[in-house]
Amino acid sequence: MKRYDLIVVGAGPAGLSAAIEAAKYGLKTVVFDENARPGGQLFKQVHKFFGSKEHKAKIRGFKIGEQLLDDAEKAGVEVHLNATVSGLFDCKEITVIENEAMHHYKADAIILATGARENMIPFEGWTKPGVIGAGAAQTMMNLHGVQPGSRVLMVGSGNVGLVVSFQLLQAGIEVAAIVDAAPRVGGYGVHAAKVARCGVPFYLSHTVIKAEGDDRVTGAVVAEVDSHFKPIPGTEMHLDVDTICMAVGLSPMSQLLSMAGCKMQDKGGIVPIVNEYRETSIKGIFAAGDVGGIEEASSAMITGKITALAAAYELGFAEEKEFREGETCYKASLAQLHEGMFSPANKGRTDLTVTDEGVLLSQNLLKKGYLDLGEIMRFPGAADEVKKVHGIHPVIECTQNIPCNPCQDACKFGCIAVGADITRLPIVNPANKCTGCGMCVASCSGQAIFLVNDDFSETEASVTLPYEFLPYPEPGTKGMALGRDGKAVCEAEVVSCRLSPSMDHTALLTIKVPKEMSMTARFFKAVGV
Amino acid sequence: MAMYLDRDDDLGGFHPEPDDDLIICRCEEVTKGEIRRAVHEGMRTMTEVRRFLRVGMGLCQGGTCGKLVKGIIAKELGVKPAELEECTSRSPARPIEMRVFANEVSDDE
Repeated sequence: MKRYDLIVVGAGPAGLSAAIEAAKYGLKTVVFDENARPGGQLFKQVHKFFGSKEHKAKIRGFKIGEQLLDDAEKAGVEVHLNATVSGLFDCKEITVIENEAMHHYKADAIILATGARENMIPFEGWTKPGVIGAGAAQTMMNLHGVQPGSRVLMVGSGNVGLVVSFQLLQAGIEVAAIVDAAPRVGGYGVHAAKVARCGVPFYLSHTVIKAEGDDRVTGAVVAEVDSHFKPIPGTEMHLDVDTICMAVGLSPMSQLLSMAGCKMQDKGGIVPIVNEYRETSIKGIFAAGDVGGIEEASSAMITGKITALAAAYELGFAEEKEFREGETCYKASLAQLHEGMFSPANKGRTDLTVTDEGVLLSQNLLKKGYLDLGEIMRFPGAADEVKKVHGIHPVIECTQNIPCNPCQDACKFGCIAVGADITRLPIVNPANKCTGCGMCVASCSGQAIFLVNDDFSETEASVTLPYEFLPYPEPGTKGMALGRDGKAVCEAEVVSCRLSPSMDHTALLTIKVPKEMSMTARFFKAVGV
Repeated sequence: MAMYLDRDDDLGGFHPEPDDDLIICRCEEVTKGEIRRAVHEGMRTMTEVRRFLRVGMGLCQGGTCGKLVKGIIAKELGVKPAELEECTSRSPARPIEMRVFANEVSDDE
């Protein structure tokens, strides 16, 4: 039997962060992961993350994964891949299936960072090939470069459903619709808006009731549901799709914790009862990341560090002073991510009607996935005074309190302010002159910032929008400008398509449109494409 | 975790529903109707239904169906899913070939 100071199960964002932190304090640490590659779900995440700089905001998930692996290697963390932890027993002993044999390991502390798995909902035909999890779709597209289908129905409007829908579009796949049985879009409004302006319709209070086809999916039937989530007869609608993608939540993979005898509770998923350091009812066994309750990768990395710090302190590797300092720092960082409308405390709340600033929330955004023009003007990033600015200026269509502030850091000219509380809505300061550099547009993880210039020419305005589709359009390309609902609103011509390494593949596409369309045109589609 | 177990409760008998032939446990091919019927035949816990029908005992070990089965049983019993006790988690947590399971090695320090 091999002994370590600390065993970490799972080499995702939580597990790797824990191992790196533990290495700082000199714990002899080993990480086991059943997959062939480390990084967990991070390497599927091709979108830019939210948060602030310290949370690695505006960096794409897979890049964060690469950084973590690099840090782990530098820290000398021992990672065993293709190593499945199959049991967690008394006295912190584990069994690992590795190289076709059963190995035993023991440690003084164990951090479980096993993550979560996708939920499913059953419906007629749900076992047919072509019904897949959203995570599976991401694996196919982003890890293996394979299109999961040609036309997809997305079930679920949480962040996973929204982000994966956008990635499907980026991979050249049509998204026929996003349905959700809930009456409101579950994920961030900015994620919904970037999908909606590509023309994807949202059907809230709708669910999938049938996968059509003999030996694979050839269509889907969706129907409206009543307030008890029962399909309403007569509302059925057929959609021509070959893939049904399920994004209906995640459940923690907490079996090892149950097996060890940790006290568990059912919170819509089985999670361990933990203290402020994510320590379970068994001293020295911790739960980091999603296994302790579903959040996202940024929080997972912090809870990973917290558990490792607590383990280091308990085992005598960290001095009390180090522990207290680290604790304060990580807790503050986590608290920032736990603020805002989508915080764990606000989970499931449907009674929020105004932002922290007291601005009435957009109901269209929650029902259709996009704001209407009238609604946008009441938010500080696009208010009347912003509209009156002459020349080029940012219009920020960020209308929900989410923890994120890269736009503020991106503007070197002080045009954009979020403030110390990173969930506040960004404010455009008309007194400071926008140079049109567009760094705010490229840095906004929600792709919610546009540059508008009403004085582009006598009759035309220019709109600069974030664009993440290949091929990037050439200047002079003619096409249609699309509104926030994805419908063509007017003719448009590409003025420029700018890209620099610091923009990290978010191109700044500038189009010219008739002057009166400057606050309506929000996407571009080349003619004949 | 809270636990529901009252064998005297009158569940009102088994009434067929249109989606009873829907497969819930894919690995062991168990339908919704079979799970519902099992509850009316006296299986009142996740563990009993599991042993009776083999739901969640296949390749994925209940990874996909566990939550669904729990929901169906809870609904038949008229309780919240959180009131039902989970099935026992046991080693090995993942499917494993017997030749590997039996291949114990002792890694000395």
